[in-house]
Amino acid sequence: MALISEGRFIEDAWRRLADEEALPKAGKVIVSLPRLQHALEVLAPDAALGVIVPNVTDPSALIDALPRLGLISISFPAFSDGRGFSLARLLRRAGFKGELRASGRLVADQYSHAVGCGFDTIEIPDDLAERQDEEQWRAALNVYTMSYQRGYSGRGSILEARRSAARS
Amino acid sequence: MTAVDLRVAQRPNAPLTTYRYDEYDAAFVRQRVAEFREQVRRRLSGALTEEEFRPFRLMNGLYLQLHAYMLRVAIPYGTLTARQMRQLADIADKWDKGYGHFTTRQNLQYNWPKLVDTPDILEALADVEMHAIQTSGNCIRNVTADHFAGVAVDEIEDPRPTAEFLRQWSSLHPEFSFLPRKFKMAVTGAAHDRAAILVHDIGLRIVRNDDGEIGYQVVVGGGLGRSPFVGKVVGEFVPRHDLLAFLEAIMRVYNRFGRRDNKYKARIKILVHEKGIDEIRAAVENEFAAMDRSVFAHDPNEFERIAGFFAPPPYETLPRDSQLLRAAKLGTPAFANFVDVNVSAHKIPGYAIVTVSLKPIGGVPGDATSDQMRVLADASERFGFGELRVSHEQNIILPHVKQDDLLALWRMLDAAGLATANAGLVSDIISCPGLDYCSLATARSIPIAQAISKRFADMSRQRRIGKLGIKISGCINACGHHHVGAIGILGLEKKGQESYQITLGGDPTFSASIGEILGPGVTAEQTPDVIEHLVDFYLAEREEGEAFIDTWRRLGHARFKDVLRREGEDGADI
Ligand code: HEM
Ligand code: SF4
Repeated sequence: MALISEGRFIEDAWRRLADEEALPKAGKVIVSLPRLQHALEVLAPDAALGVIVPNVTDPSALIDALPRLGLISISFPAFSDGRGFSLARLLRRAGFKGELRASGRLVADQYSHAVGCGFDTIEIPDDLAERQDEEQWRAALNVYTMSYQRGYSGRGSILEARRSAARS
Repeated sequence: MTAVDLRVAQRPNAPLTTYRYDEYDAAFVRQRVAEFREQVRRRLSGALTEEEFRPFRLMNGLYLQLHAYMLRVAIPYGTLTARQMRQLADIADKWDKGYGHFTTRQNLQYNWPKLVDTPDILEALADVEMHAIQTSGNCIRNVTADHFAGVAVDEIEDPRPTAEFLRQWSSLHPEFSFLPRKFKMAVTGAAHDRAAILVHDIGLRIVRNDDGEIGYQVVVGGGLGRSPFVGKVVGEFVPRHDLLAFLEAIMRVYNRFGRRDNKYKARIKILVHEKGIDEIRAAVENEFAAMDRSVFAHDPNEFERIAGFFAPPPYETLPRDSQLLRAAKLGTPAFANFVDVNVSAHKIPGYAIVTVSLKPIGGVPGDATSDQMRVLADASERFGFGELRVSHEQNIILPHVKQDDLLALWRMLDAAGLATANAGLVSDIISCPGLDYCSLATARSIPIAQAISKRFADMSRQRRIGKLGIKISGCINACGHHHVGAIGILGLEKKGQESYQITLGGDPTFSASIGEILGPGVTAEQTPDVIEHLVDFYLAEREEGEAFIDTWRRLGHARFKDVLRREGEDGADI
């Protein structure tokens, strides 16, 4: 797996815990959604905890846990399945401040969509990372200087720019 | 200052009647071209597989057809300037085979571009403030509007500012570019629906409430394709300042809950059908209530800015009816026919709306050569403030022609083979490309359109028949809108043979209905005969001034079925 953050391939500080693995006392671990409740109960309140969720997850199932979570990883079953983008938006709207990660076969050309919807990091399989190297991911962030939408992260909004131009 | 005054002050020399890019729009389309150039390069280098490349080329209008790539260029809300039309002609000459095809969704298709040339074509489009963005793919497509926008006598408000507002909002949307399926929107601001809004994923109808406030009736879940549906009202009156928020709520519900397990069930019409409109409305309203709507707070100003571009051109003050026109009609019968059939009422006295038919008898519906495009550009400059429109009937409209100029315009069109006086008549056929171009086709459609058109070549007979829409699709996907044709023809394949299924009673307007199947399919050769018999039956049965669909509604489907049955008895196996 390769992890992309701010246009660079970086080391992953988190570890994905297999379901049969015991919960460690410390360290940044990501558990599956069925294990989340248990992890919340047994880990110390300040222990770093992340969860990986399917893209069809109902955000209300995570609401109570949000303040406790350092990372939420949303899995993309196919790069063309855009449900994860809406889920990311909803989690940000619900106040999630931690790392939001997209996990799956996303391509570099979707990077700015992901950032726009609130993702911080993208996790892709190695074979994809080989074809689409760091250079391509970095370039993808800089293709557009601005976007037409408001309320999405990443680039500046054209409408806001027009407004301030009209005011001055 | 009004928005219009402001805009004139800022850009004194720009054409007045349509949107012009500012620096942000211009930068955006250039960046889009640069991105696509890179994507093509990365496809060729192997960085992108064909599967990965596909959605990105589709979102730039590039389709793989039967014989070659096809590039679909957006003509937002169907409005073109003369300069843009000339550029489309030049592109057809330089990179294609000297012609283009105007489609039912206010797009232009080039049928023969090479993959490596497409970035240059997109660059040439950007030079004249055009693009091919989101003319294909599972995203919000080119937003269409009434082709008589701004000049129709029955209009509450010009729908084009709304369409442009939506074009910008939907362009490269971070959240809604990987939807379950394509998403089509249309807007009308008139009492008569010329934009077929009830058969779109979202249809918007501009309305005024009891307080005189402008807003939108929002219809969702219409569509054609293999399971046709008429859209249902999801928002009875959405005020303008809430429009984008409301649409965003619909899109989010669709993106999350639209089916992705079966691409034939992935359109929003299926979601609406399976859940029921009440459940969908509740979901949309909940989402709307939960949204942070402060980000949309300045929408009304932005809307005003855009609306400022769609000012009326500097019309002259003229008498309502032109004496010159009256005399010319008396003197030249062929011209009189053209005026009676192809010219519509304009809201300004002394002006007219002219439909230029791209349906010459026996021709390919919607095709125009580069020379014809240039003639149309010239004509619009000489007679119509340099503005043209593309209609969903695949014709070209000159929206502001002085009645006094109609004769000179007609002569110019006639010399270029563009004066066919059949707008709305039986030979003004809508047809998809079918088996001649399309890899999904199960039968030919263009040759069927040509054969029917030739069968009714006698123009006086066509005028006697009156308005009658025939629509033909070459497969179940219904690109030719056959479901909403008063007469619809669907080309299928049965045991290796082409078989044409005929439907009657389709209607794309506010009284929308889906056509009913007439009977067993007929062969390609029989199709013009059957159509002719149906038309003859209608002529024999109709009451004074009654349109085909009204006769059909009055007499009932069974009576028309008998026509086909008789056909079967005389004409052996059908
Ligand atoms: C090779 C070219 C084409 C291909 C492969 C193609 C493919 C398709 C497909 C698969 C659908 C059905 C989508 C669905 O129901 O989910 C469809 C619908 C449609 N297409 Fe095409 N098409 C082509 C050309 C055209 C052309 C030339 C036009 C316009 C003249 C057009 C306009 C439409 C329209 C209006 C629909 C309406 C159905 C709806 O939106 O419900 N298409 N097309
Ligand atoms: S209706 Fe079928 S044959 Fe015709 S263009 Fe659409 S997909 Fe092709």
